[in-house]
Amino acid sequence: MSAEATGAGAAPPAPRRALALDGVSPLVLLALFGLFPLVAIATGQTYWLSLVNRIVIMAIAALSLDLILGVGGLVSFGHAAFVGIGAYTAGIMVDGGRGDLLLVLPVALALAAAFGAFTGAASLRTKGVAFIMITLAFGQMAFFFSQALYAYGGDDGLTLFERSTVAGFPVLENKVAFFYVSLGFLAAAYTLVRAIVGSRFGRALQGARDNPVRVASFGFDVFRIRLAAYVMSGMLASVAGVLLANQAEFVSPAYMAWQRSGELIFMIIIGGLGSLWGAVLGAAAFLLLEEALSGFSEHWKLAFGVLIVLFVLFTRGGLADLLRRLTSRGGARG
Amino acid sequence: MAEPIVRIDGLRKSFGALAVTNDVALDVMPGELHALIGPNGAGKTTLIHQIAGTLRPDAGRVLIDGADLTGAPPAARARAGLARTFQITSIIPSLDALGNVALAAQARAKRPLRLFGRVAADEALNGEARAALAAVGLSTRAAVPAGRLSHGEKRALEIAMALAMGPKVLLLDEPMAGVGREESGRIVELLRSLKGRYALLLVEHDMEAVFSLADRISVLVYGEVIASGTPQAIRSDPAVRAAYLGDEAA
Repeated sequence: MSAEATGAGAAPPAPRRALALDGVSPLVLLALFGLFPLVAIATGQTYWLSLVNRIVIMAIAALSLDLILGVGGLVSFGHAAFVGIGAYTAGIMVDGGRGDLLLVLPVALALAAAFGAFTGAASLRTKGVAFIMITLAFGQMAFFFSQALYAYGGDDGLTLFERSTVAGFPVLENKVAFFYVSLGFLAAAYTLVRAIVGSRFGRALQGARDNPVRVASFGFDVFRIRLAAYVMSGMLASVAGVLLANQAEFVSPAYMAWQRSGELIFMIIIGGLGSLWGAVLGAAAFLLLEEALSGFSEHWKLAFGVLIVLFVLFTRGGLADLLRRLTSRGGARG
Repeated sequence: MAEPIVRIDGLRKSFGALAVTNDVALDVMPGELHALIGPNGAGKTTLIHQIAGTLRPDAGRVLIDGADLTGAPPAARARAGLARTFQITSIIPSLDALGNVALAAQARAKRPLRLFGRVAADEALNGEARAALAAVGLSTRAAVPAGRLSHGEKRALEIAMALAMGPKVLLLDEPMAGVGREESGRIVELLRSLKGRYALLLVEHDMEAVFSLADRISVLVYGEVIASGTPQAIRSDPAVRAAYLGDEAA
C-alpha cells in the first residue's frame, strides 16, 4: 500500500490527477468554507460572515438548478419560485409560532414537490423556447401569488422577528452556528446530487439531455425521468429558501422575481454547467462580484454584464473547468 | 408454424393526397433476415417511422411478438422487444462507448432508474455492455467518448446498443449509410453473424449487401410492396427489374 502511494507521488500521471481533482476540489472548497468563520472572528470581520453564509445558501439553490439545467439540459427560467416557496413557508410558519426547522423543512419540501409536480407535468411536455417561457410564466405566477399574500405583508414582505429553532433550540440565532448548519446542508446537498448524477437515474437523465429520441428508443420514459429530476431539483431549492429567509430574517416577493431565476442561471454558467461544484463556485463568484461592484457605483450592473459576457466568451467550461486546467497544468510541472 | 415476430397489416399513411404507405403488409419470422428495398421516395422511411412508433398510421396494424402496438410510443415498442438503429447516426456523444451500450441495457434491468449506487461501477450492466461491444468488434474502444469514434465505429456502436436491449427483432435503418468500402464489409460480416439469432428487418441501399445477406426481400415502390420473395426470385422478377433494378442492371 505504501509502495503504491509513493509510486503515485513519484510519477503522477497527469490525466489521472485531473480526474482525481474532481473529487478533491469540492473537499478543498468545503474546508475553505469551514475555516472561514474562524478567520472572520479572528479578524473581527463578522459582516463577511453573513455574506459568505448567503453564498453557501445560494450555492444550494444553484446546485439544485444544475441538476436539471446542467445535467438534464432543461433551461428552467422559474427556479426562484422554489426558493420563494421555501422562504415563505419558513416566514409564515415562524410568524405563526411553528417555526421549528424540523416542522418547516418537511412542509417546504412537500409544497415544493407539489408545485414542481404540477408545473413540471405541464412544462415538460414542451421543449426549447416554449419550455423556458412556460417555466418563466409559472415563476411569475408564484411571484404574483406572493404579492397577494396581504396577511403576510403583500408587496412589502414579511419580517421574521426570530429565526427557526432546531428541535426547540435557538441554534440559528448564533451567526457561527447558523453558518455551520448552512454548510452542513450544502455538503449534504452536494453529496446527494453527486450520488444522483452518478446513478442509473443520472445517466438516463444525462442521456436524455444529449439525445432524448435515442433514450426513448431504449424503452425509457423520458418525460417521467425529467419530471422526477425537476421535482427533486425544486425540493432542494426550497431548502435554500428556508435557510435564506432565516438568514435575512425577511421574506418578500422579490425572492421569486424572474431576475432571481436569471441570476441562478448566471451562477451555474459562470461555474460550469453540469459540473456541480461549479455551481458552488459560480454562486460565490456571483455574490462576491455583486458585493465588490455595488460598492463602486450604482451602475454596477453594467460592469457586471460586461464581465459576464467576457467570461462566457473566453472560458468554455466555466470556473470549474478553468480551475481544473490551471491545477492540472501545475501538477504536470511539479 | 412459427408466429412472426413482426407483423404489419394493411398499413396506410397519406400526406395530403399522396399515399406514402399504401396497404403495406410485411412480416419478419424468428431468425429471418428480411430486407426492404426500394428506390428513393418509395416510402421506406415513412414505413420505418410507423414500425418504430414515431409516426401513427392512418389505418392498419403493427404487431410485435403478437401484441398490437399500432398506436404505442417508441418506448413501449422497445419494451415489447423491438430495437432499432437510425439512418442518421444517433448516439449519446457525452458518454463513452461502454456507457452508451450500458444505458441501452439499463432500460430493461431491474430498477432501471435507481437513484443510488454508482452506475459506472454497475457490473451487471457493464458486463452486458462489454459483451455487446465485443459482438460488434468495439471491445478496444469501450472507454472512448462516443462522439470521438469514427463514422464506421459509430454505426457499429448503434448495433451494439440495439443488441444490449436484448431484443426480439432488430430494425436496421440503412446501417451502411455513409460508411466506406472497408468498413461496410465489416458491417456485412457483423450482420451475417447476427443472422439466425435475431429476427432482422433491414432497410439498405447497398444492393450487393442486401442480396448476399437476405433470406427474403420485399420491394417497395410508390408506397406499395410490388414483390416479396427470395433474392433469386426478386432478381428475376420483371416488375422489380422494370421499377427499380432496371437502371443498374442495364
